[in-house]
Amino acid sequence: MTTPTVNILALETSCDETSAAVVRNGRQVVSNVTSTQEAIHRRYGGIVPEVASREHLLTVVPVVEEAVEQAGGWEEISAIATVHGPGLAGSLLVGVNVCKALALARDLPLIGINHLEGHVYANWVIDRSTSQDQPPPEFPLLALIVSGGHSELVLMRDHGNYELVGQTRDDAAGEAFDKTARLLGLGYPGGPAIQKAAEAAAEQNDIVLPRAWLPGSDDFSFSGLKTAVLRLMSGQSDADASWIAAVAAEFQRSVVDVLVTKTVQAAQRLRVRSVALAGGVAANRPLREGLREALAIPFYCPPFWLCTDNAAMSASAAYYHFLQRDFASGDLDVQPGLRLAA
Amino acid sequence: MAGLTISCESSRPEDTRSLGRQLGIVAQPGDVFLLVGELGAGKTVFTQGLGEGMGIREPINSPTFVLLREYQGRLTLYHYDLYRLANVESTVTREWEEFLYGQGVSAVEWANRASELLPADCLLLEFLIESDTRRVLKLTASGERHVALLSSLHCS
Repeated sequence: MTTPTVNILALETSCDETSAAVVRNGRQVVSNVTSTQEAIHRRYGGIVPEVASREHLLTVVPVVEEAVEQAGGWEEISAIATVHGPGLAGSLLVGVNVCKALALARDLPLIGINHLEGHVYANWVIDRSTSQDQPPPEFPLLALIVSGGHSELVLMRDHGNYELVGQTRDDAAGEAFDKTARLLGLGYPGGPAIQKAAEAAAEQNDIVLPRAWLPGSDDFSFSGLKTAVLRLMSGQSDADASWIAAVAAEFQRSVVDVLVTKTVQAAQRLRVRSVALAGGVAANRPLREGLREALAIPFYCPPFWLCTDNAAMSASAAYYHFLQRDFASGDLDVQPGLRLAA
Repeated sequence: MAGLTISCESSRPEDTRSLGRQLGIVAQPGDVFLLVGELGAGKTVFTQGLGEGMGIREPINSPTFVLLREYQGRLTLYHYDLYRLANVESTVTREWEEFLYGQGVSAVEWANRASELLPADCLLLEFLIESDTRRVLKLTASGERHVALLSSLHCS
């Protein structure tokens, strides 16, 4: 029996990227068009929610048109998916309202997607860098979602089924990277800046930063690390580039050690069949390599371009909603604080 | 306007959290806590205590990336963070005003980035890093209700 072809158009406007994608049967990227606002926000020296919404408004129509055209036109589209949270309210509103209008005008089913669920499904997406016949991750699956705003371990027993295993009690991993990079004067975004500085560090150094193991819990804590870096800096009168590189390297080791060790422990205890890494911090090489080495079961991490915000991942997630006929009604609203699992 | 200033010492995060907890227990609708201090000074830890005092059970995480998090306890807690905002004015005056002047309790991290835009009737907390572990918290209450709130506080 052959599976009927389902092409889903997804739109993602939860923060500062306007992205539209068409994905076939949950895995094959047919088109993916992204307009980034990073340069605009950099000019302001930070994020400006009002500017983000306005930019989404300006770019959303051409971005959607381009994604649909590359996919062969509207007659190829089976459903429309929109990310309705979590994210910035004003930004989410643009995507959700455009999708509601399109679904109505084109008489297509509408699917509401959680942004974090999208990140997890980046692991289902097949692109040029992955093998075309790569099997999908198997359930039960443990997902480690790490980004600027989130650090969570989520158990998936099946598609659309999410159970919270652990989460950060203070700062998210990506936030710890950003704030530590700022303390060390390494610039923004902090993830790539720390990784780059760490690569230049000497193999051996005597800098030691703590690891918050939180025994007996699958939760994380990264704010103590920031304070420990502050403490190191106050005791160092000549913080030259090599010393900063050594601190960056030890900071990264500390975050990666904790994430890898706790993920492996939870995976063993929960007897999952696979582990997936997701979110912006999934682009961190030592984290990807550390998990791959430490896990004895299949480990998935998305290609680099699928780690940051993109619509392809949401279109993939939407396919499994489509199969369940899990459609949203016309009164779907934005939920800036939407959670994936309780 | 009536005002009151007191200073408290904190020699570990638990002291800062406990101060927040005391204030959370007695916090009333419309109370506004403006938090000012460097990275690692204890702003989020204070808010965690505040939330505990208000009966919020879920973990209170840093709102740096999402800008605002909302929690439901005895009252609603709105936890803001202005750290990443470039143009604070456009955000504070529009999206958040209804919360800041509403029936919930607000805690605003990096409040010094928008001091003229935030309610004048508030409890300002300045976190000063004295040493690796020691912090001095300078609390300044403005307006009758916040003065009464601060008068009820016992700190070391």
